[in-house]
Amino acid sequence: MGTEFKKSIHKAVNDANLTGALGKFSEAYKINRAKAYEGIDFEELRGRIADLKSYAASHLEELSAQFTQNAEARGAKVFRTNDPAKVMEYILKVALDNNVKTVVKSKSMATEEIHLNPYLEKAGIEVGETDLGEWIIQLAGQTPSHMVMPAIHMTKEEVSDLFSKEVNERLSSDIPRLVKVAREKLRPTFLAADMGISGGNIAVAETGSIVLMTNEGNARLVTSLPKIHIALVGIEKLIEKYADVATILKALPRSATAQLLTSYVSIITGQTPNSDGSMKDLHIILMDNRRSEMAADPKFKQALQCIRCASCLNVCPVFRLVGGHVFGKVYTGGIGTILTAWFDELKKSEDIQGLCIQCGACKDVCPGKIDIPDLIMELRRRLVLEQGVPLLQKTIYAVVNNRKLFHGMLRAASIAGKPFTSGTFIRHLPLFLADLTDGRSLPAIAAEPFRDRFKKIQQPKLKERVVFYAGCLIDFAYPEMGESLVKILNKAGFEVVFPQDQTCCGAPARYNGAYEVAEKNAIDNIKALLSVDAAYVVSACPTCTVALAHEFISTFESVGQTEWMAKARELAGKTVDFSTLVKKLVDEGQLSLKEGQKLGAITYHDSCHLKRTLKVSEQPRELLQRAGYEIAEMFECDTCCGMGGSYSLKLPEISAPILQRKLRNIKETGAVIVAMDCPGCVMQIRGGLDQDGAAIKVKHTVELLAEQLDI
Amino acid sequence: MMYEQFKTRAEGVSAEVYRFVTKDAALVWLIEFLHREGAADTPQTSALWAECSFLDGMDRDALKDVAGLKFEVTRELAAEAKFGISQMEWALADTGSLAQNATAIEQRLVSSLSTIHIALVPTAGILPDMPALLSRVNPKENAYIAMITGPSRTADIERVLTIGVHGPERLVIIFVDELGGAI
Repeated sequence: MGTEFKKSIHKAVNDANLTGALGKFSEAYKINRAKAYEGIDFEELRGRIADLKSYAASHLEELSAQFTQNAEARGAKVFRTNDPAKVMEYILKVALDNNVKTVVKSKSMATEEIHLNPYLEKAGIEVGETDLGEWIIQLAGQTPSHMVMPAIHMTKEEVSDLFSKEVNERLSSDIPRLVKVAREKLRPTFLAADMGISGGNIAVAETGSIVLMTNEGNARLVTSLPKIHIALVGIEKLIEKYADVATILKALPRSATAQLLTSYVSIITGQTPNSDGSMKDLHIILMDNRRSEMAADPKFKQALQCIRCASCLNVCPVFRLVGGHVFGKVYTGGIGTILTAWFDELKKSEDIQGLCIQCGACKDVCPGKIDIPDLIMELRRRLVLEQGVPLLQKTIYAVVNNRKLFHGMLRAASIAGKPFTSGTFIRHLPLFLADLTDGRSLPAIAAEPFRDRFKKIQQPKLKERVVFYAGCLIDFAYPEMGESLVKILNKAGFEVVFPQDQTCCGAPARYNGAYEVAEKNAIDNIKALLSVDAAYVVSACPTCTVALAHEFISTFESVGQTEWMAKARELAGKTVDFSTLVKKLVDEGQLSLKEGQKLGAITYHDSCHLKRTLKVSEQPRELLQRAGYEIAEMFECDTCCGMGGSYSLKLPEISAPILQRKLRNIKETGAVIVAMDCPGCVMQIRGGLDQDGAAIKVKHTVELLAEQLDI
Repeated sequence: MMYEQFKTRAEGVSAEVYRFVTKDAALVWLIEFLHREGAADTPQTSALWAECSFLDGMDRDALKDVAGLKFEVTRELAAEAKFGISQMEWALADTGSLAQNATAIEQRLVSSLSTIHIALVPTAGILPDMPALLSRVNPKENAYIAMITGPSRTADIERVLTIGVHGPERLVIIFVDELGGAI
């Protein structure tokens, strides 16, 4: 990661105004968004949006032509181009031909994308932003920190200083007064402007209409007062049918600002009269700028389903800490990372793609049903293909791809780590667990890994068999979790088999874009885990479970590995996470927990991969309740703990505050135990609470249940 | 039923909602409202009324006695009007929105530049939702379809909701049963 980039992160996370405003907003947003969607089947709605936008992305050429024909039939001039430079030349030409001196703009990301303002200003044309947030930013000489709320990083005091200078009067920081000042100051600008420039939220091919949404009412003025109106529209805004406008309008305001509808929606179809009786000079520019290339890419075509609501920013645990400036000058957050890689260049995403912790929160709320984390992983993969893996990582992966060497080093570390051990925590771990973060202790490497302890476990003779996939953390840091799992499954009538050739699931390599390494890990594990005939392959690590159940397949797809695909699917079909399997066994009466226990209140932390990829959240709760615990739910129970595998090592300055927020939420429940299903989360949260000193036990569900088996 | 839903939704976004059976009753209330809110023939206090079916058959000369009220809508007059009066043909119950064909610039001038926008709406123009509206209003015959949901608003400074940025700071909606519907 570049030094400048690291510096910008440091600056952002230490900007109390920014993190305070974004933090408060993100908390309110989740609640308000849920309220706005009350009574609406979100999955059904986003299914329709994904379908209609995906159709449009596959028919960009036809829809552009249809749009052009219909808009021109109603007097609009439509200009289509792939080239941002041509967009600017076109707009400047219209301005010069009509002797335009001043322009008013309503909010448009497409104009930001091509940096239109400085271009026009250099030609001597005055350009006024009219969206309040954009105007503030323009006066401050800054760039937007959020796609929908550009000035969210600024305080009312800063705004009042800016406005005071602008109107030559000392203003107080009273917000309603400041808003009134903006209204009074901008009104003459609107009335005097020779040209209005807008974006377009939707462009309808079958009617040639553009749809504009605002809350302030500035787009209505921009499209009504000047005699010339230019709308700059990215071709991904095209949809085929007019009736589908309703579908997008149902989701966009709800997802963007938790409103049922924005204050103003205008559907403009062709020329309209000006106040002097002449007709509006309406120009619509359909801008491609690599969108067609994106549509032709089997992976990234999906990104054109974006309706620009920015909800992926609003739910992102990283975005709310760093804000938009870290991402660059235009598009920000999850989708912004992807758009920057395409509209700018892949290399520009090199640093910012690393900000994604892969928690999947954005994927859950995206109204365009875009798998944003997956597309960011694909960026990583392509960056690695283009630039290769850094030397240190290469060394690590060479080790990880050699199980005997890898496990040998982990064993060596258990001894080397000893002198630094304090209680069960040490200050350093080898390999990608190196470079400790502040605010969290890491576990010692177990003196005896699970793979050795397993050999000593006396299992009863049982008919059915289940294969256990431990994963590195349970195997080498938390072998007791594995022992608990064996105890529970034995009780349910299963003999547990542990193939010794199993190795790292490949997630660390995959999440760093090293797919060839992940591919080798996958093949080794498939061989090991399918070597035994068993009904299930169970794992008590959700990240490993996701690897076995989904990612071996997608890694093979990405690298074109076909030989092992059938076996990968066979393994995926057998793979199950711990809580789901145990819940099933309890429900079927194969396993019983002690009855009538009153064990007090605990709280439960949902791990990202378990909740959002495997869709498991009720099973562990029901099991823990059945064992006699009461669940005291914490605030943001399913928000990432900040671990993210090696993320916490690469970006400790982001991981640490995410963890601190999680610890605060845990402590506020008053529970003395926090349960979770992921050893990675246990490592992060246990380490955090150890440093914090709070007397709260951090347990994997498997450990808590093993204590409550009916004898 | 749909009226009640509309009222709840519209008031939820700070619109003011009234309903009258007859045009006469609505008119009496409207004149009283203008008077109460300070409509006058002085600068920045005038009221502009855009052409609409509510005015059909009305004695406009008699209305000209109402202080500050004008029927001639120009850009200059709209820019200094405090009140803008227009008719919105449709209302959407599920979002509390109003909609009209605003192709005539006068319709937009009075509803976007004024401080208080007074919208007259035929009660029969209430539709359940957006799909119902779009199926009735063909963009090929309605070049500028305008929808309005509550007054102009922003939250761009410290996320504090503030009413009245570039558009009206008040939206007063008057349903008139007698007006029939444009459906």
